[in-house]
Order: sequence, then C-alpha cells, then structure tokens
Amino acid sequence: MIEFRQVTKRYDSDHTALRHVNFHLDRGELAFLTGHSGAGKSTLLKLVMVMERPTAGEVIVGGQKLNSLPRRQIPYIRRHIGVVFQNHQLLFDRTVFDNVAMPLEVMGASPEDTGRRVRAALDKVGLLSKEKMNPMQLSGGEQQRVGIARAVVNKPPVLLADEPTGNLDPELSADIMHLFTQFSQVGVTVLVATHDIALIHAMNRRTLTLNQGELVAGGGVSGH
Amino acid sequence: MATDSRQKPDGQRGANRARSVMGDQARSYLGHHRKVARDSMQRLWASPVASAMTWAVMGVALALPVALLLLLSSLQGVSAGWESTARITAYLDLDLPLSDARNVAREIGADGRVMTVQLVERDQALEEFRASSGLNEALDFLEENPLPHTLLVTPEDGARSADGVQALVTFVEKLRGVDQVQVDLGWLQRLNAMTDILARAVWALALLLGGAVILVIGNTVRLAIESRRDEILVAKLVGGTDAFVRRPFLYTGAWFGLGGGIVAWLLIQISLWWLSGPIERLAGLYRSEFTLQGPGVDGALALIIVAMLLGWLGAWVAVKRHLDDIEPGDIAGG
Ligand SMILES: Nc1ncnc2c1ncn2[C@@H]1O[C@H](COP(=O)(O)OP(=O)(O)O)[C@@H](O)[C@H]1O
Ligand SMILES: [Mg+2]
Repeated sequence: MIEFRQVTKRYDSDHTALRHVNFHLDRGELAFLTGHSGAGKSTLLKLVMVMERPTAGEVIVGGQKLNSLPRRQIPYIRRHIGVVFQNHQLLFDRTVFDNVAMPLEVMGASPEDTGRRVRAALDKVGLLSKEKMNPMQLSGGEQQRVGIARAVVNKPPVLLADEPTGNLDPELSADIMHLFTQFSQVGVTVLVATHDIALIHAMNRRTLTLNQGELVAGGGVSGH
Repeated sequence: MATDSRQKPDGQRGANRARSVMGDQARSYLGHHRKVARDSMQRLWASPVASAMTWAVMGVALALPVALLLLLSSLQGVSAGWESTARITAYLDLDLPLSDARNVAREIGADGRVMTVQLVERDQALEEFRASSGLNEALDFLEENPLPHTLLVTPEDGARSADGVQALVTFVEKLRGVDQVQVDLGWLQRLNAMTDILARAVWALALLLGGAVILVIGNTVRLAIESRRDEILVAKLVGGTDAFVRRPFLYTGAWFGLGGGIVAWLLIQISLWWLSGPIERLAGLYRSEFTLQGPGVDGALALIIVAMLLGWLGAWVAVKRHLDDIEPGDIAGG
C-alpha cells in the first residue's frame, strides 16, 4: 500500500533528512515509525502526503507513483489518506461535527451522507454525544479523538499519525492505539510516527527505525 | 408478455438510478455553492462596519465614472437635439439681382439634402432690421441698403450630422452669387469635440478607478485569507482542491462588488435627485431640451454586474497571489 524505493530527501542544500529509504507496507498493516527527534519521521510522512517531494527515489501509494503526480492531482491523493497530528489542527470556529465533516465537504458529499458518516466516525471514537460542542470545550484526549474521527470519516485506505499521543497520558494513549488497531483490522494501512518507546513495546508491532535519516531497522519484509 | 412487462420497468429503474446519481452530484455541488455563497455573505454581515467601509469606497469609485458617463450621454443628447434645428444662412452678393437670387434659391432647394429654402429679400431684411434694432433714423442716413439678399436653408434630417451640415455648407459656398455662408456649426463642432475629449477622459478615469476597485477588494480579500489561514490549511490537508479553497473568497469578492454596485447606484440616484431642480431651471433658461438621464433599470443592472465582476476579479488576484502559497507542509510539526 505504501512503498518507498531508494528515497532521499534533502532540504535546502546540504541537509539530508532521509537517505536511501526502502520499505513496503501492506494493506491492513499497522507499523510504527520511530527514531530520535530530527531523525526524519515527519519528513517521511509528508512525502506520503505529497506535502514534500522526494529529492531522489520513488514513493508509491496505492499503486500510484507520487513523483510524477501533477500538482492539481494532489488533493485527490490526499482524500485517500487520513492524517492525525500531535497538534490536532482542529478549527475552533466550528462544531465538532463540522470539523469531522471537512473531508466529506471537500468531496462534495450530500448532507444526508455527511450526517450519516460523521456520526458513524464520532460513534467509533466515542464522541457521538459531543457533536454539537466546540472542540475548545473538549479535553486533550477528546480533541485527539476528534482529529482521528476526521482522519477516518471518508474511510481512507491509509492512515498516518504523527506523534498522536505526544501529550496524552499512557491510558489515553493506549485507547488511541486500540482505535488504530481496530482500523488496521478492517484493512486500513496505519503508520504511526512516535518516539514513545514504551508504547511501541506494549504494542509489539513492526517498527521502522530511523537514525539520521537512514532506515536502520524494520525496512525488511514485514513480519506477517 | 410477462417478461416484457417486467423488463421494461427494470430498464427504466436502472436509467432512473443512473440519472438520480448524477442528479445527486449536481444537487450537492449546487448545494455547496449555495452554502459557500451564504457563508461568505454572513461573514460580511458579521463585520458590518468594515464591510460598509469597503462598500462605500467601492461605491464612490464606481459612482464617479458612471455619473460622468451619464452626463456625457446627456450632452451628446443635447448636440443631437441641436442638430435638428441646425440652419444655414447664405448671404448673397450685394449686387445680385433678385431674379438671380431666386435662381440660387431654386438650385439649393433642388439638392436632396435640403428640406426648405427661404429667400429673405434685401428690402424686407432692412425693414426687419429697422424694426428690431431701433436704429430707424440712423439708417435713414445710409444712401443704399447695406444688406444683401439672404437664403435660410434647413437641411433634411439625414444631413443634420456635423459632417453632413459641413458638406452642405461647402456646396452652398461654391455656388455663384453666394458671398458668405454662416452656420452655428462652429458651436456644434466644439461641443462634439468637447464631448469626445470628455468621453476619453471619462473612460480613462473609469479604467483607473476600476483598477483601484480591484486593488481595494484584493487587499480586503487578502486580509480575509490571512484570517482564515488555519481553515485553508486543513481544507488542503484533507484533499480540498484549489477551486474548493478559492470559492469562498471569490464569493466574498463578488458580494463586496454587489454592495459597492448598490452603493454606487444609490449615490447616483441621490445626486440626480439633488441636481434635477437646478438643471431644469438652467435648461429652461436656454430653452434647451437638456435633461440628466438616470441609469434606468438596465443601467443599474449593468452597473451591479460590472461591480460584481470587478469584486470577483479583485478576489481572484488576491487568491492567486496569497492563497496558492499556503501549503500544509509546515503544519505537520517536527
Ligand atoms: N521544511 C524544512 N526545511 C528544512 N529542514 C527541515 C524541514 N523540515 C524538517 N527539516 C529538517 O529535517 C530533519 C528531519 O526532520 P523531521 O522529519 O521533522 O524529523 P522528526 O519528525 O523525526 O523529528 C531535521 O533535521 C529538520 O531540521
Ligand atoms: Mg516530527
């Protein structure tokens, strides 16, 4: 589902964020991406989202080579990728419902369809009763779950998360990891960037480890 | 027969379903436009003072050239009205006998461009002059009548343009026995030249102010874009196309245009109402048919549509310059 072939990403002139990265994630696989701060985790996720373009090598998502993708096609790729960030990127000028509805709105879904799917996603993360609230009224863990609901509301085949448990306590982190596991069980490819070693140990899943932009572990064939 | 009757509704149902899917898409697309249009209008209402200022600036900038254009077309109406009363006066040679004068009159009257020719005999002219000038006694000292026979020529409708009258004058001047030809064409030409210059000046002004309107709206929309940066980032992140992200701002520009157009129309109507009394009096003094024409319904509609287009264009400029730059690359965190 996600494939990197000899991917190098150089910012500016000399700073290399990723070096010759190779790996392949299958459909329905849940993997962690770890490494020290500045190792290149966020850069790798941005390449999948086409927020950045690789300097060399090939990024392939869902069989589509992203290198040759024209600019105006980028939005259609992003509709197939859900993303969750540490800073939840929720909009505080609208309700929880309207936040979660955004991916459907950009696709031009009908109001009935939107209502049904937003409620399904909110139900999944256990926030159905808070759809009319402003995200500002929610706790950090709840906000993160709203972000997850938004990421999965249009049932994307790929889900990326960048430090999704960064400032949550272990119990809430475990809840969120449980959600990610459930998504992978229904066929979603999930890649979670985190430096929370305890969490990774607890989950016991495939782990891609970056060090100074090089993939030093987990790049081989998946453990399945 | 049974199969027939079953197949037919089936086929129809399939077609209906296909059509209703397309219909759903079109409906939700239109619904989205309606929602965005309503939202961006509500945002303008939500900050009434700022919006009203923009409308006022735009209204003034639009009202000025439009008012001048209206004045211009009224002036052109005046010169057209004047042409309809244009008359050529031909003074014949002083020593021309009356019979020859009659021949010249007939010759001019035979021309297709001439409606009527009136011969004023020199004795008759002197009598009229005597009566109207009050120089009765002074004229008695003259040994001879100083006035020539005079022809008053009224052109046909078709020859009443400035050029037509000029051609007729040239024709009459060249006739034997004609000494001098006079026409108030000089005035006509001056008025026409003035309206020509004025027209160019007004169009130049209209272009300049139109440009200013585009810049003002562009700047206002730029601020709107800045204040909605987060929303734009998220929309792009979840797969919003450029068209989707631009749409609210283009509507915002169009709504600014609508408000500006309405303000411009109000300003023009108020000015017309305010000026109508004095202009009527002035026109009365000159026995002129001059009236200041309002824009009318068509003109008002055209004004508002042009204003909306300008607003939309201003928004487009801002969107092109500032919105496409906003890329979600920097929000993922490090
Ligand atoms: N937009 C950018 N321009 C220049 N350098 C960048 C940019 N984004 C990240 N980097 C650099 O690339 C390296 C990898 O960054 P990042 O992928 O954010 O690491 P991580 O997410 O693992 O902490 C860092 O050294 C960072 O300074
Ligand atoms: Mg990072």
